[in-house]
Amino acid sequence: MIAGILSVIGAAICLVFGLIFPWMKVPIIVGLCYGLAALGVAVLMRAGQVSFGHAMYSCIAGYTVAFFARAYPALDGLLLVAAGVVAAVVAGAIIGLFVVRYREIFFGMLNLALSMVLYSVLGKFYEITGGTDGLRLERPPFAGFHFDRSGYETALLVTALLASLVLGALVQRYFGSAAGEALAGIKTNETRLEYLGMSARRILWSGYMISAALCGLAGALVVLLQGLVTPELGYWVRSGEFVFIAILGGSAHALGAFIGAVVFQVIQLVGTMLLAGTWKMLLGATLILVILVAPTGITGVLPIKRWGKSREPKISLQPIAGER
Amino acid sequence: MNLDLLPLALADGFSYAGLLFLVALGLTLIFGVMGILNVAHGAMYAFGGYAAASLVQAIVNRGGEVPSVVLVLALFVAAIVVGVVLGCLLEIGLLRRVQDKDPVLQLLITFGAFLILDDVQLLIWGGTPYSASEITGRLGTIELFGATFTAYQLVFIPLVALLAYGTLQYFLRYTRVGRQVVAVTHNAEVATALGIHAKRIRLVTFIVGAILGALGGALSVPNTSLVPGVGTDMIVLSFSVVATAGLGQITGALIAALMIGMARSLAVYTFPEFEVVVPYLIMVLVLLIRPYGLFTVAQARKI
Amino acid sequence: MELVRTENLYLAFGAIVVADNINFSLQEGERLAVIGANGAGKTTFINIVTGYLRARSGRIFFSGTDVTKMPPRGIVHLGLGRSFQLPQLFLEHTVRQCLELAAVGRIGSLPLLKPLSASVDQSEIDHTLEVTGLATRGEEMASALGEGERKLLDVAMALVLRPKLLIMDEPTSGVASEEKHGIMETIMGALAERKVTSWFVEHDVDVVTRHATRVAAWISGRIAADGKPEQVFAEPEIRRQVLGTH
Repeated sequence: MIAGILSVIGAAICLVFGLIFPWMKVPIIVGLCYGLAALGVAVLMRAGQVSFGHAMYSCIAGYTVAFFARAYPALDGLLLVAAGVVAAVVAGAIIGLFVVRYREIFFGMLNLALSMVLYSVLGKFYEITGGTDGLRLERPPFAGFHFDRSGYETALLVTALLASLVLGALVQRYFGSAAGEALAGIKTNETRLEYLGMSARRILWSGYMISAALCGLAGALVVLLQGLVTPELGYWVRSGEFVFIAILGGSAHALGAFIGAVVFQVIQLVGTMLLAGTWKMLLGATLILVILVAPTGITGVLPIKRWGKSREPKISLQPIAGER
Repeated sequence: MNLDLLPLALADGFSYAGLLFLVALGLTLIFGVMGILNVAHGAMYAFGGYAAASLVQAIVNRGGEVPSVVLVLALFVAAIVVGVVLGCLLEIGLLRRVQDKDPVLQLLITFGAFLILDDVQLLIWGGTPYSASEITGRLGTIELFGATFTAYQLVFIPLVALLAYGTLQYFLRYTRVGRQVVAVTHNAEVATALGIHAKRIRLVTFIVGAILGALGGALSVPNTSLVPGVGTDMIVLSFSVVATAGLGQITGALIAALMIGMARSLAVYTFPEFEVVVPYLIMVLVLLIRPYGLFTVAQARKI
Repeated sequence: MELVRTENLYLAFGAIVVADNINFSLQEGERLAVIGANGAGKTTFINIVTGYLRARSGRIFFSGTDVTKMPPRGIVHLGLGRSFQLPQLFLEHTVRQCLELAAVGRIGSLPLLKPLSASVDQSEIDHTLEVTGLATRGEEMASALGEGERKLLDVAMALVLRPKLLIMDEPTSGVASEEKHGIMETIMGALAERKVTSWFVEHDVDVVTRHATRVAAWISGRIAADGKPEQVFAEPEIRRQVLGTH
């Protein structure tokens, strides 16, 4: 309940600020997209697995949006987003079939490797993908309207806010569902899941597709916003940022990813103001601080015991002493 | 591909593999002994390279006749200084505090360190490319199979790589400290119970690993120019070697580096678009067939 | 009815033969105790029979079905429940949630949006908590449980599966001696109530004598003796090699 109220208040604040200060729309939308992507990564973290390549799904969705927008400029933005998400889910389903056999560092590395394959291919095949320059797209109609720049951004802001609220709530429900709790069981005892008649791989596969969809949605929205997609969207550092935000916010609650994204955006803004081109130092320092001081993230540490209706035990990334 | 180019491609690959091996060796050594996948290793490479380039520039700029040996030595000196300084900073300042944490958290903390170091590098050396091509010029060329190679690329780098490999293997197998390193790798707790100073071993190992990473960067400078982003690219590249070989596998890293170095080089001369993809493609293929890498040994029973 | 049968089950790790052409049969209603020195192959045999390990040769049947190549989750759906030497629990879930997960495992479908607690029959969970003596611990994290309670939870999770056969690997090991008998009484009582066949590995002779209808003794990968407890314990070879007495 508390989380729900906080989320709606937060969304309202974002909308109001975006309308009053039009320059804020872009960073807010980008922040929400980071939140969605981090939520995707957080889903897998519930299973104790960290992917260092999930930016590839944002990238796949982004390029899908760009391809379709350039080929069919009359296509509505919402349809483009849908196409992007579908592409990401399909890719996630296929890749997931292989990747769910791996655990821990090997899961992370295989995802990383695949994302680097995609990144390298996208950067080299200039004819098709525009190489490192990427692809540009014109502003498409959105929800049936032909907006000007300002209206377009508002439309994207509203879409991003609605998507975040709805998907955040759905993912939180998923966490408390049989599938979601079984997913969390993968982290602590796969053998037990097996001996209870469940297939850890199948459960992880479902989670993987959900995470791919979320990262894909983030990528699609960002590309629509910027009118440009480059291979950088799928670079390993981007995947690392998603992981960073997920850790910062904590995977105890879906809201965590968005809290983490807000903090991330603030750090970026403050960092750019203070340190200009070297703002990433601040990011690195924050990451180190969080891991040393609060590895379960913001939602793991805040003393709000009942974040939702279900009894949510505190999820920690630290192994409980002696156990492995 | 023109078959005349084959010797060139092979030599290129050999040299590239040598560099790759040095960096990967540092990474896999650190993982083997400390269980940490050090993302900041990319910064070692970059710092080693930039420091070496700066040192060589400084020596050359002082004017006068500088023997080639001094310039080459400068590369090593730079690498060692960078390795020791950054290594100590990282291990004592950071990694010690997360010794008992989840491996992913350990990895993320090195990622944080990398982000900081990457920007520090920008602050110190800026965005202009750095290189030290005087050295390759000085060491001359070699005629082989009708093609001309620089002695630096064909002989020097592979020699250093093999020397590093041989020295490390000898060290680990036949010296007391080396055996202690192996003991700590297998079981730090038992090693400590046997009186081995695990903390010290870890620090030394980390420094050696850092030096190797920095050496890779330093040795690359005569051949290529350093630009911001080399560290970021090199870290994933060396990951691909380490993961292909199997985490902690030293001889495996040598073979994997050769494989990937050669494959990439052949790609440059046949299908250049695939040059960058090749290492990651190999990593994916190997991991799909052997999830723990080519040379990892079996795992113990869980239940 | 025959619940488990193995034919010529063979597995070796290098030079060590852990399962030496084992022909074994277990009937419904039996209470089988498996004894043997550490390393004799008792747990390995269980791992093979339950699909966790693959035998080099031989066949395994569960409830009449050939399960030689089946993974554990398949055999679980045929009526197998298992508890482990080291209790395999979901340490970041509560006791109740552990049982709820077992229940959905039995049901076989995992809803994506319905809360876990609403997807199962809570009264059954309550009852299982009662009969395993964990009624007061339902809301505790599994990691907060003491050693004996963990063993009970391990068994409780298997019980929720409503198995025909419950295999327990050293159910009282690691438990304080004053608790041992209490725990065994509780478990066997719960099993009797549901008419579950039991197969347990046990080192404590008293526990075996009290609760087993049949004893099988393992030595170096083979079954060296198999029969009523009094018979098996009287055999000199068993007394020497397994019990350590004369």
